[in-house]
Amino acid sequence: MTLNNQPLADKIILLHPDDNVVIVKREILEGDVIEVGGRAIVMTKMVSTGYKLARKDLSSGTRILKHGAPIGSLTDKVTIGEIVHSHNLQSDYIKTHDRDTIDEGHV
Amino acid sequence: MRGYPRQDGRKGIRNVTLVAYLVECAHHVARAIVTNANDTDVQLIGFPGCFPNKYAFNMMQSLCTHPNVGSVLLVSLGCESFHRSALKRHIEESGRPVDMLVIQEAGGTRSSIETGVEAVRHLREASAIDTVPMDISELVVATICGGSDGTSGITANPAVGRAFDQLVEQGAACLFEETGELIGCEVIMADRAVTPELGQEIVAAVDKAERYYSILGFGSFAPGNAEGGLTTIEEKSMGAYAKSGSSPISGLLKPGDHPPSGGLYLLDVVPDGEPRFGFPNISDNAEIVELMACGAHVTLFTTGRGSIVGSAISPVIKICANPDTYRKLSGDMDVDAGAILEGRATLDEVGAEIFELVKSVAGGKRTASEELGHQEFILTYKQFEPAGPACLPRAVRA
Repeated sequence: MTLNNQPLADKIILLHPDDNVVIVKREILEGDVIEVGGRAIVMTKMVSTGYKLARKDLSSGTRILKHGAPIGSLTDKVTIGEIVHSHNLQSDYIKTHDRDTIDEGHV
Repeated sequence: MRGYPRQDGRKGIRNVTLVAYLVECAHHVARAIVTNANDTDVQLIGFPGCFPNKYAFNMMQSLCTHPNVGSVLLVSLGCESFHRSALKRHIEESGRPVDMLVIQEAGGTRSSIETGVEAVRHLREASAIDTVPMDISELVVATICGGSDGTSGITANPAVGRAFDQLVEQGAACLFEETGELIGCEVIMADRAVTPELGQEIVAAVDKAERYYSILGFGSFAPGNAEGGLTTIEEKSMGAYAKSGSSPISGLLKPGDHPPSGGLYLLDVVPDGEPRFGFPNISDNAEIVELMACGAHVTLFTTGRGSIVGSAISPVIKICANPDTYRKLSGDMDVDAGAILEGRATLDEVGAEIFELVKSVAGGKRTASEELGHQEFILTYKQFEPAGPACLPRAVRA
């Protein structure tokens, strides 16, 4: 682990002041330290450009805001700096399918 | 900027000859004619179905008389239900040279191809015309996103929005679409409508899309969207919505409706009535075809994951949202909007680059997909009711 690293503020972007997630704008590598929500977080795995990270600790059921607008609700609690994606966030409109769950569709 | 003048007053930025098959059974002959012509401006379109469909007929009428089209060869097998003589008459009435080949009457595959190649040669000569001055305000510019990811809504889409604002400012008509990818944006979108009644129509169109996709069990969301960091349809929608810029919304169109004047328009691509023929748009090109049927001269296509498609009839400008994707697929891209994420350009700069590129492509510059020979086209069955009177509040009605 590289705890001595300077926090990498330029790897993430906050799109709107109301948002509870930040967006990865440059690929994050394992061991990178990022500054999110005023705290330095050591990242334990690679995160690709375009992914969302929690800006604070959030409880299950919380509505996630991005661009200042709701993009779904958490299905699990999330800690600051954790990836927010299909495993803990679901649509408030139409369910999202990945290639493994496509058979669950009813076409 | 110069354009090819058409009888209906519109002008084209290309002067293509279409070879149009009217049933899948005529596809091979039509494709062979196009291949033989070996001319980037001789292009293949068609409708594969044998059963009649009013929407498909209307779309073929609109596309065969698109301002970028100078002449048309129709290729029919002979026994399909497509009303070929009505389509031919419609094209003739538009002032365009048109010819028709009926394979069952032309001696089969080999002789039909030979006859078709000769017909295309004559059509190319007959449709060679001089250009006339053309203003930006005479342009119809469309936008679509495909293969979106978590960068699309931050870079390429808002950059297109900036370009749209500039184009609308200068009097062009700009079209955005896919109500199924605007789910969650309906209320803020309705607030931008030029009348409250149009706002209600926009909300109703998005509600229709949500219901339609819910019945089918899938939103307009591909596995690759999730692999690129997008999680939900409303998240994808927020990003897609950014393409529309900040102009007031002047109208809601159905496929084939022409924008009555400059301004920003939303195209409703989701069929009316109960779901009958499957997904609204089975792939991105189905949306591009509908935008072209509304008169789009050029399409601004934003992509994060890396779409490579182009289109028959109207050039596609490819705007890459993700800098990692751009490095992998730069030969397919026209604009590197991912530069915004890496601090190499601002949103305003990329917006201005897109605006300038629209002008030069309208002036004849070939896009990456045109150079690479991409001329994708797809048209399937659908059903639409005509748009209601509240959808185009500023149109002068006869």
